[in-house]
Amino acid sequence: MVIFDKPHALTDVPLHYCPGCTHGIVHRLVAEVIDELGIEGKTIGIAPVGCSVMAYDYFNFDMIEAAHGRAPAVATGVKRSDPENIVFTYQGDGDLASIGTAETVHSAARNENITVIFINNAIYGMTGGQMAPTSLPGQVTQTSPYGRDVNLCGYPVKVCEMLSQLDGPEYLARVAVNNVKNIKNAKKAIKKAFENQINGKGFSLIEVLSSCPTNWGLTPQKALQWIDEKMIPYYPLGVYKDRSAEKGDE
Amino acid sequence: MADKVLMKGNEAIAEAAILAGCRHYFGYPITPQTEVAAYMAKRMPKIGGTFLQAESEIAAINMVYGVASTGKRVMTSSSSPGISLKGEGLSYLAGADLPALVVNVQRGGPGLGGIQPSQSDYFQATKGGAHGDFHMIVLAPDSVQEMAELTVRGFELADQYRMTAMILADGTMGQMMEPVSLDFKFRDPVEKPWAVTGTGMKREHNIINSLYLKPDLLEKTNFDRFERYKVIEENEVLYEEYKMEDAEICVAAFGIAARVAKNAIDQAREQGVKVGLIRPITLWPFPTKAFAAAAEKVGHFLSVELSMGQMIEDVRLAVNGKAPVSLCNRTGGMIPLPEQVLDAILSIHNGGAK
Ligand SMILES: Cc1ncc(C[n+]2csc(CCOP(=O)(O)OP(=O)(O)O)c2C)c(N)n1
Ligand code: SF4
Repeated sequence: MVIFDKPHALTDVPLHYCPGCTHGIVHRLVAEVIDELGIEGKTIGIAPVGCSVMAYDYFNFDMIEAAHGRAPAVATGVKRSDPENIVFTYQGDGDLASIGTAETVHSAARNENITVIFINNAIYGMTGGQMAPTSLPGQVTQTSPYGRDVNLCGYPVKVCEMLSQLDGPEYLARVAVNNVKNIKNAKKAIKKAFENQINGKGFSLIEVLSSCPTNWGLTPQKALQWIDEKMIPYYPLGVYKDRSAEKGDE
Repeated sequence: MADKVLMKGNEAIAEAAILAGCRHYFGYPITPQTEVAAYMAKRMPKIGGTFLQAESEIAAINMVYGVASTGKRVMTSSSSPGISLKGEGLSYLAGADLPALVVNVQRGGPGLGGIQPSQSDYFQATKGGAHGDFHMIVLAPDSVQEMAELTVRGFELADQYRMTAMILADGTMGQMMEPVSLDFKFRDPVEKPWAVTGTGMKREHNIINSLYLKPDLLEKTNFDRFERYKVIEENEVLYEEYKMEDAEICVAAFGIAARVAKNAIDQAREQGVKVGLIRPITLWPFPTKAFAAAAEKVGHFLSVELSMGQMIEDVRLAVNGKAPVSLCNRTGGMIPLPEQVLDAILSIHNGGAK
């Protein structure tokens, strides 16, 4: 009996992520969902610029590497080219909520029929731990060495809350991957986001509170706790928009 | 010969693109190329295509990147400030070896500049246009007919060599109305086994990418790409020679400047001055050999440009010191009159201008 098997949608290439980084968990959840929905053969993923830039090597389906922040625009082109294909982006917080804010907001406003997996780890991982648009007030990073001073550099961007003000998007949810229960909920949300696309419902974004032990300067275990203690209070988990549920067609 | 229709240059580009099988257009409003987008907005929905007004030129070029990745013909159009924003995308298209057509209906710069015709994006277009080692095929029409023909050719060259082709026009070309024949001879379509279309569980996954963390690998992709560029330089150079047979003075001009120059050349010829024109149609690859050959028999070159003198550098490189190269120019949206060009020709003829 097989107890633990690699999803088919993942390749055999070893992941390059740091020990305790939850990027790997989210990759796996996405791959499991794609397996379960039987859509690998028609899925096209868009990798960002950030720690997950090499996601194109890890997924078994067709992949595109986009410029920093532009994945939703690239996904728009791919989806418009063949609406039958299943198109998703996988983006970090610097990518999605700073340099790519316009692309994010407008693909949501257009209700582009794509799925967005948004990794919020409150930091720029790949470039070595600079302040992100989602870094918490007071958070120490390489470019906020005295802690994020909101008078100097403003407040974090709450992506789900912000996008929920738009009429466009179909589904917006924030999840976390720091314990078994949260991981189960994260998978459910990711699955719904892909099902929405299959059913032609439009733009779904899943914000995943994720860890970066390396740049937070914490052990993997402490990093998971930090999500509970610091991130979730500032970024409450839950569904921020579900248009189908609002309309009652479920 | 098929019937001709009266069209604006910008509309001719749009219709030719549709005839070439382009079904995806992304753009952001900017003068003086608006008619391309307006035409596409009308036509695309009627023929099952996509017209999408993007949130910015950056988004538009990345939508182009997306469609190009799937192997379909796709285009965007803009004008100078918008092309600067597309620079990032142009570099990524080059790095990922994706075919696309980009139209620049130039206006005066730098900065916000003005909205009148210009050729001052020559450097940007022909020397890469953004970061990294790369080129675009740059096509410079001088009539509405060529706007249409070079659009078709641009798509075909882009597909064949897996790179961006740019139509480098200007405000006059875009607005001018002339009769056009849309009866094109199309080349056979190119196979695109590299495209991301979904594996269908039948093949290994395709990856569209420009990241190479190993410098030796990145170097190799650049060497390989430039081998392809050599083939283009060998086979795809286009230019027109006008009254060059016995010419002692050679004018260099493209686009609207070439039309003005022809007028001036005709007037100079009436006065007995032996002057001709080499009109580059491909600005990259540049007709270097044509200029080098002319330098063997011509005593003086005159570059006529709507800029502070950009193409003149390529003319000088080609002429390689064999003859002086002078500049006759207007810029900032001004167009030289034939009289100004005639004066420049006559003063060279009379042993003046250097
Ligand atoms: C245009 C551009 N600007 C800056 C960079 C450098 N850069 C690479 S990754 C990155 C930040 C990524 O952070 P994030 O999106 O939060 O993802 P993470 O690495 O944390 O997963 C930056 C700024 C770049 N590659 N391109
Ligand atoms: S730097 Fe942070 S986000 Fe990047 S792989 Fe390491 S732990 Fe993960």
